[in-house]
Amino acid sequence: MIETIAQYPILAALIALVGLGILFGALLGFAAEKFKVEGDPIVEQIDELLPQTQCGQCGFPGCRPYAESIANGDAINKCPPGGQATINAIANLLDVPAPELDAEHGEEAEVRTVAYIREDECIGCTKCIQACPVDAILGAAKLMHTVIAEECTGCDLCVEPCPVDCIDMLPVEETIKEWHWPAPTTTADIIASDLRPQL
Amino acid sequence: MKTWVTPGGVHPPENKHQSLTLPIGTLPIPEKLLIPLSQHIGTAAKPCVELGSAVLKGQKIAEAAGPVSVPMHAPTSGTISAIEHRPIAHSSGMLAPCIEITSDGKDQWQAHQGVADYKNASVSTLLQAIAEAGIAGMGGAGFPSAVKLNPGRERPIHTLIVNATECEPYITADDSAIRERAAEIIEGIGILSQILGHPDNIMIGIEDNKPEAIEALEPHVQGSGISVRSFPTKYPSGGEKQLIYILTGQEIPSGGLPADIGMVCVNIGTTYAIKRAIVDGEPLISRVTTMTGDACGINRNYETLIGTAVSHMLEHSQFNEERCSRLVMGGPMMGFSLTSAEVPIVKTTNCILAPSYQEIPDDEPAQPCIRCGLCAEACPVSLLPQQLFWYSQAEDYERLEAHNLFDCIECGACSYVCPSNIPLVQYYRHSKGEIQKARAEKVKSDHARQRFEFHQQRMEQAERDKEAKRAARREAAEQAKATAGAANNSAAKATAEGQSGDSAADIIAAAQARAAARKVSPEQQLAKFERSIAGAEMRLQMAEEKLTEADAQQTDEQKNILVAAVEAARQKLEQAKGRLAEHIKEHKGEQVD
Repeated sequence: MIETIAQYPILAALIALVGLGILFGALLGFAAEKFKVEGDPIVEQIDELLPQTQCGQCGFPGCRPYAESIANGDAINKCPPGGQATINAIANLLDVPAPELDAEHGEEAEVRTVAYIREDECIGCTKCIQACPVDAILGAAKLMHTVIAEECTGCDLCVEPCPVDCIDMLPVEETIKEWHWPAPTTTADIIASDLRPQL
Repeated sequence: MKTWVTPGGVHPPENKHQSLTLPIGTLPIPEKLLIPLSQHIGTAAKPCVELGSAVLKGQKIAEAAGPVSVPMHAPTSGTISAIEHRPIAHSSGMLAPCIEITSDGKDQWQAHQGVADYKNASVSTLLQAIAEAGIAGMGGAGFPSAVKLNPGRERPIHTLIVNATECEPYITADDSAIRERAAEIIEGIGILSQILGHPDNIMIGIEDNKPEAIEALEPHVQGSGISVRSFPTKYPSGGEKQLIYILTGQEIPSGGLPADIGMVCVNIGTTYAIKRAIVDGEPLISRVTTMTGDACGINRNYETLIGTAVSHMLEHSQFNEERCSRLVMGGPMMGFSLTSAEVPIVKTTNCILAPSYQEIPDDEPAQPCIRCGLCAEACPVSLLPQQLFWYSQAEDYERLEAHNLFDCIECGACSYVCPSNIPLVQYYRHSKGEIQKARAEKVKSDHARQRFEFHQQRMEQAERDKEAKRAARREAAEQAKATAGAANNSAAKATAEGQSGDSAADIIAAAQARAAARKVSPEQQLAKFERSIAGAEMRLQMAEEKLTEADAQQTDEQKNILVAAVEAARQKLEQAKGRLAEHIKEHKGEQVD
């Protein structure tokens, strides 16, 4: 054995290396099959970050289609309801720089709103019911409709189809349970003569 | 007896002596009392009285709504003068639902009596009585006591800790209560012990800066199995987790409760309230509250009715508004500034502090963090306050959670030692709020996604159903047509004998042929075309025959009609032939493809 190796050192080395290569290759191949991890697809992860208002302001019929589009390389700044926080989160996930919100698709709302139907004006046309992406409007043909405020995402999609304009988007008032401490404000100058950049 | 030492902590000036010079006093009954419906952790109580109705002292005015909730009682007799949103003692300064009682000045009790033979009463009877008395933890958090004292069979309690630490400066409510009511407190602890199945260890944890209180307790605990443990004064020792560590050396897991390690920790004020509820049948309608601060001429503790306005307390304490820098509910470390003096005292209010500018000056402007590390040394839960500060500024909530922001007890020790006057706790509170808000939004958005997906599914299902219906209709129509087509051919023959040209049957046949041309198979179509050609040929022939027959005896007008009919029949034939040719060509093309 040793003599043969000594006789054909190149051949022996070749066989040893190829053998090792095949062995590890097989091992890795087996491991790849055996311990295959079904990774959370990127679309799911993006969809998780989107606000799920299903408003379509991004130009897609819902949050998931937009998530799919982002996964295929679309811009990440088309979601006004999510605002800068969502853009930052997606940028963080995809490891890309966070752009500003694209004004073309709307502005970030200051306060959350929910739809409210002025019930005595409602003619019961069911158009808003058909428009609601989350089935948050209750009613039947020729009967008054009403919005289940808890379920409303504030997407605005019901406002447009209403033939009598009886739907308002009302801001949600903050309750004492939802209130939380504001961020500390930067207080007065420590030295009165401190120069501050002119805005 | 051995006590343990918590990490960190600070030693702010105690300032407790001012309010201990006088015994617990009582205030005149205010004209109006305002009882917020939510003074505790959990669901707000539900009013069970009507506007204008008369109530007696101790009468229930709001019922507990749900398992984690407590009822409210009238602190004095009078009439219900309002049930509406009013400003309450909350850092937000927002309004909350309240019941206002206008006192009739009689302070007339409703008939009440304690639990009969409570020493032999069942645990559930006692818990029920505590829940009915509206008792919520009086140390500050306000957790319903009946819930806390019922940890369930799977968590047997071996240690009962009574919290008499009162570590925050200025506050002396518990201290003075112990001095004057030690016997009743010990009786209350006995009831607690009975409820918890006589735990092995019963300890009263008290800081060594209250020697008088310890002395007052000593004679009453003799032979009762209760031990009074005093330990060196340090802020903050009064937190539940801190006190348990100091007395037992055991730590409660992050996010856990004392019951998880077999312990229950109850504030000493609560034990007194429990005694009053069980033995005397009195609900929780008043508590000891410290009124202190240099802006008040009289510093002392008052047995204050729940719902008394802070302004009423100030009025009877020689309050000097000009000297007062701010009004604080709670102590100087963890309390919050009040936006109005009209807010009421609630079940958790242990102190009203009206300091002068010398005592608590306005906040100095914050300066940049110099990374001195004093805050990390002061932190009683061994967090890294400066790291939390950076991440809080950067709104990096993921890292904040990774650095255990939610274990922060907001004691304010870090802010207290900060040489740059950075309002650290306010940053943490803000970040906690933001994280909780984000969590709530996540729940909401998940819910919306679920509903949206269901909506989509439903729409698709509806579309599929419609399509299936359409297909079924089409099939039925085809079948009907096949039978009608055969009938039509014979009908065409029959009509052709009598009269040529366009007839109703013809039009229908043509329309059916057109419709069929779009849908039926090429072979069927071919046959159809051939049939229609045959029909048209026959009609043409008949028409021509008629024309030749008519030539002799008919008038010109009639002749013209017949000629036109022949022409029309011929055109029809041409069309039919053309369609057939086109059809054959198309299908040949298909075969070639």
